[in-house]
Amino acid sequence: MDVVSAHNLTKIYGKDKVTAVNGVSFTVSKGEIFGLIGPDGAGKTSIFRMLTTLLLPENGTATVGGLDIQRDYKQIRKQIGYMPGRFSLYTDLTVEENLNFFATVFGTTVKENYDLIKDIYIQIEPFKKRKAGKLSGGMKQKLALCCALIHKPDVLFLDEPTTGVDPVSRKEFWEMLKRLKTQGITILVSTPYMDEAVLCDRIALMQKGTILSINTPQAIINKLPDRLFAVKAGNMYDLLRTLQRNTNISGSYSFGEYVHVVLSPSGISPEDVQSYLQQQGLTEIEWKKATVTVEDCFIKLLRE
Amino acid sequence: MKQFLAFVRKEFYHVFRDRRTLFILFGMPVAQILMFGFALTNEVKDSKIVIMDQSQDRATQQIISKIEASHYFKIQQNIVSPKQIEEEFKKGKIKMALIFPSNFYNDLMHLHTAEVQVIADASDPNVATTVTNYISAIILEYQHNLNLNLNLPYRISTEIRMLYNPQQKSVHSMVPGVMALVLMLVCVMMTAISIVKEKETGTMEVLLVSPLRPMLIILAKAIPYLLLSFINILTILVLSVALLGLPINGSILLLIAVSTLYIIACLSLGILISIKTSTQQDAMTISLMGMLLPTVMLSGFMFPIENMPVVLQVISNIVPAKWFNIIIKAVMIKGLGFGAIWKEVLILTGMTIFFLVVSLKSFKIRLA
Repeated sequence: MDVVSAHNLTKIYGKDKVTAVNGVSFTVSKGEIFGLIGPDGAGKTSIFRMLTTLLLPENGTATVGGLDIQRDYKQIRKQIGYMPGRFSLYTDLTVEENLNFFATVFGTTVKENYDLIKDIYIQIEPFKKRKAGKLSGGMKQKLALCCALIHKPDVLFLDEPTTGVDPVSRKEFWEMLKRLKTQGITILVSTPYMDEAVLCDRIALMQKGTILSINTPQAIINKLPDRLFAVKAGNMYDLLRTLQRNTNISGSYSFGEYVHVVLSPSGISPEDVQSYLQQQGLTEIEWKKATVTVEDCFIKLLRE
Repeated sequence: MKQFLAFVRKEFYHVFRDRRTLFILFGMPVAQILMFGFALTNEVKDSKIVIMDQSQDRATQQIISKIEASHYFKIQQNIVSPKQIEEEFKKGKIKMALIFPSNFYNDLMHLHTAEVQVIADASDPNVATTVTNYISAIILEYQHNLNLNLNLPYRISTEIRMLYNPQQKSVHSMVPGVMALVLMLVCVMMTAISIVKEKETGTMEVLLVSPLRPMLIILAKAIPYLLLSFINILTILVLSVALLGLPINGSILLLIAVSTLYIIACLSLGILISIKTSTQQDAMTISLMGMLLPTVMLSGFMFPIENMPVVLQVISNIVPAKWFNIIIKAVMIKGLGFGAIWKEVLILTGMTIFFLVVSLKSFKIRLA
């Protein structure tokens, strides 16, 4: 059963008619971690706000838990947990007070649903008397997650929960999401980090208000028909310039400390590229096959 | 109900953890009442004057000692030449000079008329008028005492009584004004800011995506300020009675009841502002420019409304403080009952209902 289903969802802002979301359709099944992956301005937050009944779409429909986001907003608000992209708790209240407040607002108590947040809360419990505004970025997000979870929602909407969080906390955060999934909670999460995409069950790659591709991360990676290589040379700048000059090469772009070279399935062979680079006078060339990541697929989709 | 109480408790946390809020809530009323009560007064007290007494006889001595006895004047020094008087005025130290010519008592006794010259510094006309009135009154009184045993053929004696405020103390008109001002500030501005703050920091986004009803959010926001304003009224009244010697002539219960009505009117106005604005800056500007200024200018507390141009008189009708000012003067100073103020109470009630209805109608259940 689809817990969330969006059909042709469109959001247009203001007098200038800026289209933030342009006819987006997707479904999310129960107990799934669904990721909206894309850069800033891709329309992730707008989609979240429409699904959490905070904004009305200009066009299209969507349901959450089988309820219409426009008509049944009151019931939807009882069943979902929402963690906005910006830290949205009371900074002058302590960790404990924030949690108790949100528990009461949703008509429950911390005690009642403690099991659900226990794993997360244990990590911030030593600071429970500290004001929320004085917490570190990662701890703030953990607290916000606790507050969004405290009423045991059916669907959890997390808008860029790991933005501005250190790598260790990010990893922990995703482990928590995996555990929540086992409790049967459906999770929609957005992130600008491509490396987090593989941690989702299914992802939607987004750009400028449209979805480029929806699939499991592995399927998206497998679908890439090109051969991908990672190259290094003494002069990285020259290497990139030289690669881009050759029109037989489908694509080349910096990727960490390497340059990724994309070769179309039936085009120029890697050996030819290597000898081309040597001809052009590049030295200390290191050439290897690269494992395809979601980011490579995203770049490929952007170019099409 | 539990949700509501939790929300109210949270609001109290906000108030008590923010020093600036606390200062505005409690420091300001006390500071204002003390300032208006003691420092900013339109009474003329202890004006410095000089006296040039060329006669130095029984009559002038008696008049001078009467002047000295009143707390309105402070006699600076005895002066011997008119030139000195001019110098004193130029120095700006004295407000008035009094000159008795020679043979004052003799003239009075034998010619039945004597002259005294009063010179006042009219660069401040209000002060000049006031001090000359005071001095005329003192001289008249002296003359009256002289005539007590005589039988004059024709005489009209005017007997003036200043009702409700016999000593014409300015505190009496200031305190109601300060109350109107402080409550306006606390209720309108603080409520508006506290609600808009939630919008600005994004917490409203989370509250909207919760089962809380909009009505409940607004009410829970207003309750703490209602309570705190109530404490403010009591503080102001206690201070006015204990420190400024202001009498409360009417029923205290009625006074508190009408003040509460005014508080609720202000709160609903604050709520309305918070709903119509989206940043704390906007809310503050509107509360200050749109509410505070009219309250000071058009409520009749600083300037009498009767003297204003018709346009301003009409505008003053939509200022809640104007009606509160009328009510509170009637109850506190004139000691009148509900029968005398029901019309004004009705108007304030109407305003409150209007603000609340518009607020509820325009509360957004979504972000935009």
